[in-house]
Amino acid sequence: MIFWISLIITIKIERMSKAIKKNTIQLKFDSARVYEPALESKSAAKIKPVYDLFINGKFEKPLSKKYFNTINPASEEILSSVAMAGKADVNKAVLAARNAYERTWKKMPAAERAKYIYRIARMIQEKAREFAIIETLDGGKPIRESRDFDVPTAANHFFYYAGWADKLEYAFPNRKAMPLGVAGQIIPWNFPLLMAAWKIAPALATGNTVVLKPAETTPLTALKLAEIIQEADLPPGVVNIITGAGATGADMVNHPDINKIAFTGSTAVGKIIQRAIAGTNKKATLELGGKAANIIFDDAPLDQAVEGVINGIFFNQGHVCCAGSRLYVQESVYEQVIQKLKDRMETLIVGNPMDKNTDVGAINSREQLATIQRYIKLGNQEGAEMYQSACALPKKGFFCKPTIFTNVAQSNRIAQEEIFGPVLAIQSFRTDDEVIEKANNTAFGLSAGIWTDKGSKIFNLTSKMRAGVVWANTYNKFDPTSPFGGYKESGYGREGGLHGLFPYVKLV
Amino acid sequence: MSISSSRLEILKTYKVYIGGQFPRTESGRYYIASNKKGLALANVCLCSRKDFKDSVVAARNAFAGWSSRAAFNRGQILYRIAEMLEGRKAQFVEELTKQDLTKAAAIAEVESCIDRLIYYSGWCDKFQQIFSAVNPVASSHFNFSVPEPMGVVAAVAPQNTSLLGLVSLIAPIIAGGNTIIILGSTQMPLSAITFAEVLHSSDLPGGVVNILTGKVSELLPYFAEHMDVNAVAFCEPDNAAQQLLKDKAAMNMKRVIIKDDMKWSTATAQSPYMIMDFQEIKTTWHPIENIGGAKAGY
Repeated sequence: MIFWISLIITIKIERMSKAIKKNTIQLKFDSARVYEPALESKSAAKIKPVYDLFINGKFEKPLSKKYFNTINPASEEILSSVAMAGKADVNKAVLAARNAYERTWKKMPAAERAKYIYRIARMIQEKAREFAIIETLDGGKPIRESRDFDVPTAANHFFYYAGWADKLEYAFPNRKAMPLGVAGQIIPWNFPLLMAAWKIAPALATGNTVVLKPAETTPLTALKLAEIIQEADLPPGVVNIITGAGATGADMVNHPDINKIAFTGSTAVGKIIQRAIAGTNKKATLELGGKAANIIFDDAPLDQAVEGVINGIFFNQGHVCCAGSRLYVQESVYEQVIQKLKDRMETLIVGNPMDKNTDVGAINSREQLATIQRYIKLGNQEGAEMYQSACALPKKGFFCKPTIFTNVAQSNRIAQEEIFGPVLAIQSFRTDDEVIEKANNTAFGLSAGIWTDKGSKIFNLTSKMRAGVVWANTYNKFDPTSPFGGYKESGYGREGGLHGLFPYVKLV
Repeated sequence: MSISSSRLEILKTYKVYIGGQFPRTESGRYYIASNKKGLALANVCLCSRKDFKDSVVAARNAFAGWSSRAAFNRGQILYRIAEMLEGRKAQFVEELTKQDLTKAAAIAEVESCIDRLIYYSGWCDKFQQIFSAVNPVASSHFNFSVPEPMGVVAAVAPQNTSLLGLVSLIAPIIAGGNTIIILGSTQMPLSAITFAEVLHSSDLPGGVVNILTGKVSELLPYFAEHMDVNAVAFCEPDNAAQQLLKDKAAMNMKRVIIKDDMKWSTATAQSPYMIMDFQEIKTTWHPIENIGGAKAGY
């Protein structure tokens, strides 16, 4: 009898000490997500009920006579009605850009051009809060991110490129940098204002004029930018902003009088564009999708690495081309890392984007949510093991729980295809060579993350990643001075920094 | 607006600018600034060695903060200086015409200064991208060279302009992260002091720019021999003065930058090379491990 009791006790003690060693003690998260609401007020933002097309310095009614609604994805309520540019409207905008280029912008001294771009930067700073609120309402991203990241970075991007306008002779040794002419620019819905800044600023600084189409689901901050452009007195036609959907973009790509196409969006559409302009003289830069790998080595600072991985996939709801949507963990620290990831996921607050407590906001659209849910289902079907945080989701609007998959194979579709949502595919690895091979083994090449305390290993790994942006012991860091862009099917061309000037000039 | 012609004007006292404050010279001395016709314009501080030494202390204290700010932030502040100067254009034009410029020349000078500040504002976060390098060394190392500010710069402004020469030195020197003590034009000192007021309302931390007035021949030896000054800038084609400068500067190897052939009113007088004149170059090495298949390198 005593023998059996002592055997049971021994087994229980062994199990407990194993649990303590493996750090599998269950943490309690009941109170982690319960915060008093801290809602940002909408009062600083003025959204008009109807927006027309911004062509030649004025807001003009669309010749197509069509409008479409833009909604708040967190509540599904209609925010505004915006014009749908048809082919005739695209023609009108390109003509305005062409005339402005030939008659005004091309002839203006560079230092004066710079002053207009500086004005735009300063005015965005003056109206920062309004922009942040509209960005959050229209796109679903948390107000903390719009306010602290999107809007200041967009303003800084204009300020940085303004400074290049009269300094191009230093940027290109032994060459004269000439503008290309009219640039047609199509931007996505994940960083609407920031993407507009990334496109417009370098184009103007190098002397080009612009026709820009914001994404269908997020037109409002681009239209606010149009209002600033008007206020800054930019010569009419230098920047034209036309709202519309896929067809509007196609009309722009196919327009014969556009010299340069700049596109940020999915790889699939990028390929369509490249085929459409083949055989023409149009230049292009494409900033497409990604399936970035974060790699945690056994000598990584684990808590920082976990924080970096969480930020890498759940920042902006995973709607980031360079999101760290794959994770490779060295075997010896695998169980620790997974547990830490799960614990951290439990503290993420998914909710109203206008609440300053919110970490993960709304998915941008019903369509995107459906796409993400299809991939989650697929992951389960492919045999991966799913874990989702236990948070409650708001009843209205489009929301998705932070999701991770373990037991993923390199050839699984969830490890190869871009999901563009808060879904992480996790694998383990043993050697450096193995993880280098696997990290590079997708069609994409936009970004990668390396986590290790050893400096010499950092530069070994970073030099071997076939990706345009490599983060070491950090993730999702952006700066106007830092070039961004992909290898392979993540596109070509760089935005930001000195190298961001190359796509908009002809070197003579 | 004066109500009647019998309203007496309040005359400005031209004090100096040290450590973000406007003290008088500790020596209590003055000299009379007058125009070409001999009309007295103001009693201007005749600064002393002590004023200069106090300025070096202020500049040194300000250096760590100023040089560690984001380059972008320095650019924003230089832009703000331009905004403030643009707002005070009329005041500067009037002050320059008092100092014998025609109105047209005065307007041109002030506008050049504003545009030059904007020009250097734009360089703050870009010159590094042009003048840095990742060096492809033959060994397995990540090796990079970057410009770094020299530190505290003592400068004598070009003497034949009241404002343009002063701004043409200050802007590139602080754009590169240095702090500066600058002696204005002895003959035309007024705009240097009024410019201090512009700096003071531009979010520029105190001590980054310190502005003195006085005699070049009296102060130059002290500029040259101060052991806590990293570089001296001088713009006059005066061989004897240049020789004195270089001789005394050898004491602590301070860098001597002579700019005596510049046409300050033309575009050739502004360039990123003016920034680089006041920069060191630092090269750093870090090993790259070579484990596994293909060799790693940059």
